[in-house]
Amino acid sequence: MPLILFWIFATLMLVFGAAVVINRNPVASALNLVVSFLGLAALFMSLDAYFIGIIQVLVYGGAVMVLFLFIIMLLDLRAEKLRRINWPAAAGGIAVALAFFVQISYVVGHFKPAQKTFPPLTRSTIDDVHNVGRLLFDNYNLPFQIIGVLVLVASVGVIVLSRREVP
Amino acid sequence: MVTLGDYLMVSGLLFTIGFAGAMLRRNIITILMSLELMLNAANLSLVAFSRFQVGANGLPNYHVQVFVFFIITVAAAEVAVGLAIIVALYRSRQTTHVEDLTTLKF
Repeated sequence: MPLILFWIFATLMLVFGAAVVINRNPVASALNLVVSFLGLAALFMSLDAYFIGIIQVLVYGGAVMVLFLFIIMLLDLRAEKLRRINWPAAAGGIAVALAFFVQISYVVGHFKPAQKTFPPLTRSTIDDVHNVGRLLFDNYNLPFQIIGVLVLVASVGVIVLSRREVP
Repeated sequence: MVTLGDYLMVSGLLFTIGFAGAMLRRNIITILMSLELMLNAANLSLVAFSRFQVGANGLPNYHVQVFVFFIITVAAAEVAVGLAIIVALYRSRQTTHVEDLTTLKF
């Protein structure tokens, strides 16, 4: 992965991620989130994880984003009006987030393997769907079935929650 | 060359952005989007560690990628349920602003 591409996609992801938080209009936030996720998918592919990158685009860039936009349009949300900002709460939130980031950078700075570059791969990972699939159905078959049940329960729960008259 | 630390720092920065969004924003839908940002930051650092640990067969550690696959699945289910709850909430209260929803506040 050329250095320049890594920084382009990382900056793209972070700038649009910050725009999600800053924007007052929920539709603009959702569209910024798509670009942020696409930058993240590019970073996954730069780490030779093609399968994860593809499902990132499919699941987040496609399904989750359509769901967000659909709900925003359904509820007819406008850009929220500027309310009186609760300054102590906002300052507290920023301080906690900054303290968290300082901790993360301290830990990463003192983590010895973090200074190393990635070791080269001796085989191509272009067929990693095959490898992930083998692992998924051999070693992780039971968790996979449980996840299937979880998605079923979630979809039934969504239907129950969004019925018109609640008994 | 790009080091493991670069990916971890980018991931930490994305998590911080999502964390700040969840703390600062007052619109429930934006808070849900910030939660998605945090989940994806965790995925990025997991995939970076997966690529960092090259096994004897010369391939990345695919166990981590299976784990990331599970996280993405659970996150998609979580978004669906969360948005359904928001729709039900909007039906009964006509708002998505957390400061208008203080029934459970101590």
